Amino acid sequence: MNVRDWSEHELGVEGRIRPVVRAPDPVLSAPSEKVDPADPAVLQLAADLVATMRVSPGCVGLAACQVGVGWHIFCVDVTDHPKARTTHGTFVLCNARVVEATRKEKGREGCMSVPDLTGDVKRASRLTVAGQLPGTGAEVVVETDAFEARALQHEIDHCDGFLFVDRVAGAHAVYPRKTYL
Amino acid sequence: MFNRYVSLIAITVIGHDRPGIIAEATGALAELGVNIEDSTMTRLRGHFAMMLVCAGDVSAAAAEKALAGLTADGTLQVTAREVATEELATPAGRPYVLTVHGGDRPGIVSAVTSAVAADGGNITDLTTRLTGQLYLVVAEVDVPASADEADLTSRLDEVARELGVDVTFRPQEADVL
Repeated sequence: MNVRDWSEHELGVEGRIRPVVRAPDPVLSAPSEKVDPADPAVLQLAADLVATMRVSPGCVGLAACQVGVGWHIFCVDVTDHPKARTTHGTFVLCNARVVEATRKEKGREGCMSVPDLTGDVKRASRLTVAGQLPGTGAEVVVETDAFEARALQHEIDHCDGFLFVDRVAGAHAVYPRKTYL
Repeated sequence: MFNRYVSLIAITVIGHDRPGIIAEATGALAELGVNIEDSTMTRLRGHFAMMLVCAGDVSAAAAEKALAGLTADGTLQVTAREVATEELATPAGRPYVLTVHGGDRPGIVSAVTSAVAADGGNITDLTTRLTGQLYLVVAEVDVPASADEADLTSRLDEVARELGVDVTFRPQEADVL
């Protein structure tokens, strides 16, 4: 199945909005456990991640550890984001890993789990990721670029126990987040 | 352009933030003919903080007097001191970025920087931020050729375990375009 054709309706369960945990919660610092994509609890979690991402302004991705669950699963949706080029709509990946990463570029990132800071992080702008879809467990390969590549690397980092602040370019690459009311 | 006796003056301005602090401070220095060389200016926990190293044909006392207007309402503190001219440091080792984050507690910066210093690592830039319960340190470190990166990394990991914080230590990527 092409990731582009997937939608959260495939999950067959209603997503619930979950509270997002913030650093320094230890769940954000531990590598996540691999999951069985067919496990009903994984399907529910996938639906919850999408539901929580949808109601969070500006949120383009959410990893399970951000809702307090140390499982290797995350959702992404960069549709219509001005920095995105290639996009695959809404999708959830289990046990995802980076297969190929090239052409690093610096960009500003924020995170719902570090809500008061942003930072400049170098990430590959050409990226190939392999993972499994929740439910069928189908192996999929996502080839992407630009902002979707950045979002995927940010979420895979979460699953490995890393935050964007672990990747910032230097001492002057961390900024207080501006809030516009 | 500079001639005669040029002294180097280290100036600090810190206090309540408001629009116009930089314009006033640098205006007073420009009138004295003092040239701002290296500086950093930022907000620290809501205070505005300026650190400047300036060159000019004036004494530190004269510079401080010229900046006295800033202190008039009592919300800003100004110091000016003459400092020696330093040789501009050439990179002495390999550049690394150190990040530390975890729950706020006293002693994080001292424990981590002691581990760096024990191996002769020289911190050239360091920022800390406290937001909510999260304490973050990002430092740029020159690691001397004599230091073993693996040793330093394992020492930092040990400090991180003791403090209950997360530490990363990696080569800094620098692109020259």
